[in-house]
Amino acid sequence: MLYISRWKMLAIIATTLIVCSFAIPNFFPKEQVEKWPKWAQRHIVLGLDLQGGSHILLEVDSAAVRKEKVEALRDDVRRVVRENRLGSPSAVTVRGNTVEFRVRDGVDQKLALQKFQELSQPLGGLLQATGQRSIDVVDAGGGLFRLTVTEPALVERIRQSVDQSIQIIERRVNELGTVEPSIQRQGVDRVLVQVPGLQDPQRLKDLLGKTAKLTFRMVDMTTTPDQAEAGKVPPESELLRGSKSENGQPYVIEKRVVVSGEDLVDAQPGFDQRTSEPVVNFRFNNNGARRFAEATQSNVGRPFAIVLDNEVISAPVIREPIIGGSGQISGNFTVQAANDLAILLRAGALPAPLTIIEERTVGPGLGQDSIDNGMRAAWIGSLAVIIFMFATYGLFGLFANIAVAINVAMIFGILSLLNATLTLPGICGIVLTVGIAVDSNVLIYERIREEVRAGRSALNALDAGFTRALATILDSNITTFIAAVVLFYIGTGPVRGFAVTLGIGIVTTVFTAFTLTRLMVALWVRWWRPRTVPI
Amino acid sequence: MRIPLLRIVPDDTKFDFMRFRRISFPISAVLSIVAMLLFFTHGLNLGVDFVGGTLMEVQTKSGPADLAKMRSAVGSLNLGEAQLQQFGAPTDVLIRIPQQPGGELAQQQAAQKVRAALGDEIDVRRIEVVGPRVSTELLAYGIFGLLVAIIGIFIYLWFRFEWQFALGAMIANVHDLVLTIGFLSLMQIDFDLNGIAALMTILGYSLNDTVVIYDRIREMLRRYKRMSIADLLNISVNSTLSRSVITHVTVTLALLALFFFGGHAIHAFTATMLFGVVLVGTYTSIFIAAPILIYLGVGYGRQEADEPAPKEFVAEVADKAGAAKPAAAKR
Repeated sequence: MLYISRWKMLAIIATTLIVCSFAIPNFFPKEQVEKWPKWAQRHIVLGLDLQGGSHILLEVDSAAVRKEKVEALRDDVRRVVRENRLGSPSAVTVRGNTVEFRVRDGVDQKLALQKFQELSQPLGGLLQATGQRSIDVVDAGGGLFRLTVTEPALVERIRQSVDQSIQIIERRVNELGTVEPSIQRQGVDRVLVQVPGLQDPQRLKDLLGKTAKLTFRMVDMTTTPDQAEAGKVPPESELLRGSKSENGQPYVIEKRVVVSGEDLVDAQPGFDQRTSEPVVNFRFNNNGARRFAEATQSNVGRPFAIVLDNEVISAPVIREPIIGGSGQISGNFTVQAANDLAILLRAGALPAPLTIIEERTVGPGLGQDSIDNGMRAAWIGSLAVIIFMFATYGLFGLFANIAVAINVAMIFGILSLLNATLTLPGICGIVLTVGIAVDSNVLIYERIREEVRAGRSALNALDAGFTRALATILDSNITTFIAAVVLFYIGTGPVRGFAVTLGIGIVTTVFTAFTLTRLMVALWVRWWRPRTVPI
Repeated sequence: MRIPLLRIVPDDTKFDFMRFRRISFPISAVLSIVAMLLFFTHGLNLGVDFVGGTLMEVQTKSGPADLAKMRSAVGSLNLGEAQLQQFGAPTDVLIRIPQQPGGELAQQQAAQKVRAALGDEIDVRRIEVVGPRVSTELLAYGIFGLLVAIIGIFIYLWFRFEWQFALGAMIANVHDLVLTIGFLSLMQIDFDLNGIAALMTILGYSLNDTVVIYDRIREMLRRYKRMSIADLLNISVNSTLSRSVITHVTVTLALLALFFFGGHAIHAFTATMLFGVVLVGTYTSIFIAAPILIYLGVGYGRQEADEPAPKEFVAEVADKAGAAKPAAAKR
């Protein structure tokens, strides 16, 4: 056990040096590291709890997606009913996820069923046909048909919504000018947004929480807001409120959309030339410009409304036809509000509303405090352990301390190699590893002490001590490793950081116990040829 | 002059741990029952991670925080039972707002209201808002994770040892968790995701200790076919005792450093670990995990002989080391 061949020795030293060297980039300023070759640019990422930042978990509003999907189906059914003269389109009703329709007497029910079934499409595309369809069509007898949006179709739609949302959120967050935001899907219907080093998470949340569905519509002049509030809203219009800066004033707005935000090609914040109040200047694409021009030409003198997420931003009167395809939105904005609206309009509307279901924000000040505290605790803890080990085992304690120091360096090396995230609990994991890493040495040394006591010679005792202790070291560390792995899978954020350092710490601990400590003792034996073990 | 090396546990310690089981088992049983009673009457002080709501850490910009004033400011918002407490420095205050009725959006609004009510005199250093859906999931994940860890470790031990050992370790383990949960309940320590991490680590390390002793027991069982099981267990525990103590000193040193110098954010975490790893873990592996093997029938059917102590442990030392140490008293 104590004889280590030259090649093995070299392999051990080389492995240790290589692993430790991965930590090197962490000691250089970022700008310098960026000039290095790509493979050398590995570094530890500080967790949001250490560098400050926001962790925001958003969930797609499944109810809204469901509603939208069912309403789209209702419209489709109405169209089929109209085109095939199956009855009155207004007799199509919605109940939960189901659209119901009773065909009028004398209609060929087989034909009706066939027409309805044409609405249903196979799911999963051509490549991964699943045999599932988007809509269930049931002939309930007596001319009654029930069409239901299937669950897989809904899930598919939610999935798509999340994919689209991620792209839009990326565009919105990038406009904030933050460094390295991370936007990931979580599960089926969630998006995790992590933005480091943000001073004001409220602005981020405002940008994330808005669907930003912009529409230009005409104000319904056939009735007044007061009448509408009393319950008399014309069927083709709806009652909407003005934004807060408009004091929540009610408006009756036509449901028909003249132009929507999809037809915008650009939006920029600016100032009104006359009033010098902040506004958003926008430009339509050809299609939007044409329709906007037509609508303004035939409605001079009437007000139209700019509606964002069912809130009326402003309702100016059309003084002259707007044919250039560009215009401006004013609505008592502050500079930042105008700026944010421009960002939202440029990034596009979310396909479905997103709700914030979890937020964790740490300010930069607290993050720095945590780093300072964590490092201080790490130094003091390590120093205490080092002194104690030296007092207990003397020279061998020194070996153990060197092994532990290298152990910690290797943990940092592996963390860098994996570009892993270091969190405050992660620092705890490292400190704990220091306490535990010496355990492997303690196991070996105590075993050697025992063997010496049992009357073995120095060399014999050393050899037997290592051989017997190593099996135990492996056994005892695997249990903790299992706990670390489970913790990694169930944990989020900081806790995961703890699991990572704990797990890596166990691996490096076992490695150093099996190689470095043994190497040091072996070299010592070779050079000093001891007769007794100073332990 | 040589400074003698530190020896916390004398070399020839021969404590009769197995006899002590008649005391330790009832003590553990009583403590476990107390812990469970505490859990069912007091419950755990579940953090926002598990019950939802808002947690804010704020710092005054100048001078110590006026808790009474802040309390009334937050209290007037009608957000339910808000808790404000000092957190470390006199300028730092921790605010907890319970989960608001009205779904996910209401939580965000509550946080904003508190922020507005406290005005410009404070800095919000940390804010955690957890909605009802996430908190339910986190709690379920936490419990699920603990169970998976316990089962995973059980399976590993079963492969590595005989089933009696795996079962003994598990009993010891659950005993550790129960006592730690009792401690959490008694001290009303904030129990959040970090708490789950602490419990998992306690699980891992308490087993680490147990496994070291079991390894020795297994070795002894192979080597001494005729020794009585109680003696064998005693020798195993005694011969690993020094290691147990030294390791626990080092872990304690590391944990104490974290507890006193690591800042408030990890206080609850390290306090839980100190209790679980250092106090309970050590006690359990020596006084519960080892003696319980007697009841689980380890070494059942051995042909026990009259001569209890192995030669190596008494005779050989005296012979070869030249009677340097007084022979230990024979049982």
